[in-house]
Amino acid sequence: MTRQLLAALIRIATGVRQLPAVPHRSGPAIYFANHASHMDVAVVWAALPREIRELTCPAAAEDYWGANLFRRRIACEFFRAILIPRHGVTRRNHPLARLGAVLESGRSVILFPEGGRGDGDGTGEFKSGLYHLARRHPEIPLVPVQLENLSRILPKGARLPVPLIAQARFLAPIHLLPGESKPAFLARARAALADEETD
Amino acid sequence: MDHETKWLLGIVGGILVAASVAGFLLARRARSESARATVANLNARIRSWWVMAAIFSATILLGPVFTTVLFALLSFLAMREFITLTKTDRADHEVLFWAFFVILPLHYLLVGIGWYGMFTIFIPVYAFVFIPFRRVLTGETRNFLANTSRIQWALLICVYAVSHMPMILRLPLRGYEEENAKLLFFFVLTVQLSDVLQYVWGKTCGKHPVAPSVSPHKTWEGTVGGIASAVLVSALLWWATPFNPWQAAAMALLVCLAGFFGGLVLSAIKRDLGAKDWGGSIAGHGGFLDRIDSLCFAAPLFFHITGFCFGTGMDPSPPGWLLEWIGR
Repeated sequence: MTRQLLAALIRIATGVRQLPAVPHRSGPAIYFANHASHMDVAVVWAALPREIRELTCPAAAEDYWGANLFRRRIACEFFRAILIPRHGVTRRNHPLARLGAVLESGRSVILFPEGGRGDGDGTGEFKSGLYHLARRHPEIPLVPVQLENLSRILPKGARLPVPLIAQARFLAPIHLLPGESKPAFLARARAALADEETD
Repeated sequence: MDHETKWLLGIVGGILVAASVAGFLLARRARSESARATVANLNARIRSWWVMAAIFSATILLGPVFTTVLFALLSFLAMREFITLTKTDRADHEVLFWAFFVILPLHYLLVGIGWYGMFTIFIPVYAFVFIPFRRVLTGETRNFLANTSRIQWALLICVYAVSHMPMILRLPLRGYEEENAKLLFFFVLTVQLSDVLQYVWGKTCGKHPVAPSVSPHKTWEGTVGGIASAVLVSALLWWATPFNPWQAAAMALLVCLAGFFGGLVLSAIKRDLGAKDWGGSIAGHGGFLDRIDSLCFAAPLFFHITGFCFGTGMDPSPPGWLLEWIGR
């Protein structure tokens, strides 16, 4: 109920519409998007159809979202986020293991393969996590989500938002091709986000 | 509610009923694919008109406070569309925050308390000066002139111009005390009716484009026919205004022409920004700014010329020979 209300508020504040259906139709998926704002994850999450959203966990940086109790509560209780360590990765807290467990339980994840927020001008280089996740779960579709204008609503370094209209475009899913190399796959995934950005 | 207000609401209701019936009949007759698409868009427009007319009429009846809040919200949504399509940079972020959350509410507060003197200069003087001051603090010089001008234009069109409509309620007019809500209704009805009739005339007998590079659907036949018929209807509504029939016709002609040019100017801006519509919030119409584009430029003109010729002292009074000439 609170989560429903939160999603509706996020959509009203950013002008993003709720999707009638996800591009891959059903089942777990890996949503990946360009990253320029703290709002990004909330917007992808709020744009998903309700029953899909209930089964989707965003990945959030543990060093930021787990830093204090307040942030941890927002991330874990409202968004049901999976906290991912960016530094000091060990076997026990390994991001791939945590995300893999989510996918295996039939739920979806939201990822930002750039690893951190950019300045909104274009998409940065992808970290390799997306590739390793795709290799471990080749059957799960990877859905590119193009985010637009979020870097103008709440850019990196700004404290206050400006109420512009954002867009979240969910594009046709991609898969890791058999035998595809890591750089080739990451380049293709990144191109999928850059694609049609001007339409 | 006085009898004249009831008549105005009844006339709008009658027009909408007639439009809905016409839309229903056209939908049954439409055969070809393109005709069906046109009629579907027409019916979406009519349905949106019902909602917009209901909201506008209800707020007018609820009084000046509600009317001011409604127009403040409209300004906010219009400026949101304007800035979303306009290119601004990271250095403009803080200025934009001020524009949306400080300048806009303060300006409408002035409308709400009816402080006319400050209302006229707050945006053209204080906001105009403040915006470049705040922007220069960021130290970013790239796009300085272009972006400060864009934000100043956004405020002038979406906030300053639009706010002249609720300000009509505060305009002291000779022999027309406590009746200003009807004048606001008359103004909005005239300009919007002119838009609708230009569309109807253009769709039925439009051939020669007026400004093909700016607005391909505007034709000479639609513009002349639409404005002429809107002026005629508005002149017949003189009893609801402080004007006599001739004055009502002249004011209607003025606001219809200003509305026509206002629509063209906002189309030109839209094309400059590479967009077809300002947004997608109103089914069949586009964005909020697509619906109020003609009102934006007509509102300040209507406000000041009415105040100038029929007011009691807000604006500087015109010389005696002019008053004699317009029949006062």
